[in-house]
Amino acid sequence: MTGRAAANASVPARFKPGDAVTVRRAYPPGHIRTPWYIRGHRGTVVHALGAFANPEELAYARPGLPAQPLYRVRFRQRDVWPDYAGNPADTLDVEIFQHWLEPAGRER
Amino acid sequence: MSEPHDHVHDHHDHAHPHRHPPRPDTDDTLGHFQVMEIAVRELLIAKGIITPAEIQGTIEAMDARGEALGAKIVARAWTDPAFKARLIADGTQAVHDFGIDMGTTRLFVVENTPSVHNVVVCTLCSCYPRMVLGMPPDWYKSRNYRSRTVHEPRVVLKEFGTIVPADKEVRVHDSTADMRYLVLPERPAGTEGWRAEQLAPLVSRDAMIGVALARTPA
Repeated sequence: MTGRAAANASVPARFKPGDAVTVRRAYPPGHIRTPWYIRGHRGTVVHALGAFANPEELAYARPGLPAQPLYRVRFRQRDVWPDYAGNPADTLDVEIFQHWLEPAGRER
Repeated sequence: MSEPHDHVHDHHDHAHPHRHPPRPDTDDTLGHFQVMEIAVRELLIAKGIITPAEIQGTIEAMDARGEALGAKIVARAWTDPAFKARLIADGTQAVHDFGIDMGTTRLFVVENTPSVHNVVVCTLCSCYPRMVLGMPPDWYKSRNYRSRTVHEPRVVLKEFGTIVPADKEVRVHDSTADMRYLVLPERPAGTEGWRAEQLAPLVSRDAMIGVALARTPA
């Protein structure tokens, strides 16, 4: 019983630091914590932060379980903004939940 | 309240004319969310779920937190390598040393180095490490800062007077979920041998958001 509860409490992690990922290009309604500007972009997982209750569910007073693994994903500014004028090495780190990530290279 | 400003100031010292019409107060009308807040608060009190004293106590605790707390953490990290390692590995745990409880969020400390400058923004709302820095400044919540910092961080930094060398990486952190970010600024030159209590006043709120550097000693 405990084991089952624990297994249900969070979704297993699919990614680890160093993995190339692509943010899903999707536009569902609701309380979404994945910024529009980053959807569809490719980045690299830099930190696996553990699992957190899903804010898309919490926003509607639901428990948000099973918890979703959360990652810090690093993007190159030049990849995100075609007109980016700073150092080509400049980066942008965004916290993204696992269900918004796909292994990079698997094109929609 | 908002009288035209070309009337005769017979009750004023004319050495100090006011040139601009005063901005009208907006506290005489309530917006939708203000009305909803009052309604929910009154219901919670009427049902005995929370007390007015608890609300007041929470507001006072929020107001009491400020940048001095963050500055003490940074100054300790500058002078205590073991603490700095713990702070970067697990900020949430490390700040227990200062009696700080991050609540439902986690503290994630990002370190400025000779090769990387970090700056924090919340593009979606106004996520901010309130437990260590207090309430966010108004500009942090503005659409201008939120939309431009992810897109042209160097231009925004320059407006704050912070010019990051072209060959140094600028790393923007968009605080979109459960982490709360604190920038650990670079320790200023000329502070060798200083104690944490001497260093803390060099650490501003803006330096811990990443829009400024730590102050250099005069």
